[in-house]
Amino acid sequence: MAHVEHAATAPALSASNGPAILQEVKPAVLPRAVLVQNHRSFSWITEKICGIIEGKTPVWWWVCFSVACFVASFTVAGLTYLVATGVGVWGHANPVNWAWDIVNFVFWIGIGHAGTLISAILCLLRQKWRTSINRAAEAMTIFAVVCAAIFPVFHVGRIWYAWYLFPIPNSNVIWQNFRSPLEWDVFAVSTYGTVSVLFWYVGMIPDLATLRDRFFFAGHKVRSFLYGVFAMGWRGSNRHWSNYEMAYLILAGISTPLVLSVHTIVSFDFAVSLIPGWHTTIFPPYFVAGAIFSGFGMVLTLILPLRAVFHLEDLITQYHIDCMCKITLATGTIVGYAYSIEFFIAWYSANPYEGFAFINRAFGHYAWAYWVMISCNVITPQLFWSRRVRNNTTLVWVLAIFVNVGMWFERFVIIVTSLARDFLPSSWGYYSPSVVEIFTFFGTFGVFSSLFLLFVRFLPLMPMAELKAVTPAADAHGHDHGDAARDGAAAPHPRHH
Amino acid sequence: MAAQSFGLIATFDKTPDVYRAAEKVRDAGYRHWDVITPFPVHGLDKAMGLKRSIVPRISLAGGITGLVTGMTLVWWTGAVENPLIVGGKPMFSPIFAFPVSYELAILFTAFATIIGMFVVNGLPMHYHPVLKYDHIRRGMDDTFYIVIEARDPRFNLANTKALLAQAGGRDIQELEA
Repeated sequence: MAHVEHAATAPALSASNGPAILQEVKPAVLPRAVLVQNHRSFSWITEKICGIIEGKTPVWWWVCFSVACFVASFTVAGLTYLVATGVGVWGHANPVNWAWDIVNFVFWIGIGHAGTLISAILCLLRQKWRTSINRAAEAMTIFAVVCAAIFPVFHVGRIWYAWYLFPIPNSNVIWQNFRSPLEWDVFAVSTYGTVSVLFWYVGMIPDLATLRDRFFFAGHKVRSFLYGVFAMGWRGSNRHWSNYEMAYLILAGISTPLVLSVHTIVSFDFAVSLIPGWHTTIFPPYFVAGAIFSGFGMVLTLILPLRAVFHLEDLITQYHIDCMCKITLATGTIVGYAYSIEFFIAWYSANPYEGFAFINRAFGHYAWAYWVMISCNVITPQLFWSRRVRNNTTLVWVLAIFVNVGMWFERFVIIVTSLARDFLPSSWGYYSPSVVEIFTFFGTFGVFSSLFLLFVRFLPLMPMAELKAVTPAADAHGHDHGDAARDGAAAPHPRHH
Repeated sequence: MAAQSFGLIATFDKTPDVYRAAEKVRDAGYRHWDVITPFPVHGLDKAMGLKRSIVPRISLAGGITGLVTGMTLVWWTGAVENPLIVGGKPMFSPIFAFPVSYELAILFTAFATIIGMFVVNGLPMHYHPVLKYDHIRRGMDDTFYIVIEARDPRFNLANTKALLAQAGGRDIQELEA
């Protein structure tokens, strides 16, 4: 508080000689976490990240990739059987005509949202710790969208008519029903997938140029050519960086409303209907929070093993893990709050159908699913309050798996319990998935993992240029050398700004 | 002069060095020059005297085009080309057209931003003289360069070389065009 008192007395002392207050009152320098530990140099970062790509393919990679491809074959088999036979091979039957397909779709698309949160929202909020995880998280987003898209596309049954989802002129002269949230979803998800790929690619251009030049001088002309084509002739020109940084900022600026709108529109698929348990205004914010919660669960699940395998402890520090755990805690708490508010509103609305839907969720035939959801989503994240839990990397990884499981069950509970017990008891039913459905969903983890492993092997795992920019040596004014208490790039620059 | 000269390139090892050197080159009044950095250096645009990027204007144009496209699509398909009554709802309303228009606005903004950034930067360009410099690989790694082009009206081999040396540049060499 010394600064405040000083400021209060300063005007009287310096009234005669100009704005001395500003010179005397210095903003407090808060200690900032070090984002790259052990004073690593620029070239150390280049060697570390490029080394993953340039080195020999590790044995564990082949083992994991083979397993992932084997698991992915379950999806291929399940979908082939579905296309050859008909959509009836899934366990859908009245009254539950929407089940695992949409559960899995929302599950995967939700996972993707943490990638965009990290790359876009944290960029706008100037959270510099995002730099070491944003590339991998964006890759996760894209592969999650790929897995998500499988389900609605194949649920149309006759997959060769899937293009009817888009407004392409057809011989029936029938256009899409733009009054339906399902059609909004087509635009939301396809825009989301496209913009995520573009954002990911643009962020990678400078790093691809680094790889191009390294492969060229190492004598790998073909690899240099391939990376070079995608590097677009990037040469590190500051005139280019100026436009590039602006473009990146705009992409972050538009991805933020995009990611919020995508899960809002996904929630409209339910909220705009009249089914008790779906028809609630809380759905958009509740779905967005849940999506980010599940996505951070998946980010932790992926990043922690990579950190251990590639020895990235200097780049993904305990501070990064703390930040991710705290976001998981915050969004998990929002999700828990949403669960309780749903119950409150069901009672407060005095709507008997709505009230029944929620009592039935907690104590009906699907109560087991509900309590799995509550334990994984409400109780698990609360453990992240403890520093000891956050410091235990293995435990964090296990808890992140619980978050993934819990968020899958959340979608299952919302979708299946509401449909299985609607207005008329005569139409009630109990839904169980078929083997084909289970295989198809199980296989998507293989699809996701094999794509992610390919990314780890062939593309820079972390944005090298951005990482260099957050080291103390990147500061143009050079007053940060040896000052480990502060993050150089984020420190104030009083002389030039 | 046998091979035509593109200009001079000078090497700098530390961020503050290249920052101060950029201020000196700017103050000497050069127009056709550039700084090669492995990462975006905070404040270097100001040290080079660069104007604000025009990419946001291209983005805005893209966004407006997307929004108008979305509204037009929903209106033309639903109310003009083949009007069908669905659920007793109006043939067109900006309310239900909004989500699709909003997504298209974002999609078109993204494309406009990225294509705009490439066009303004003159990329892709795989044959730039700077890329032929022997040590340019370090410019994508940990070293900084200042390039002053020969076409600059103030360019004079001896004087420009002296300026770069005085600004702290080492290993000053001519670049082939």
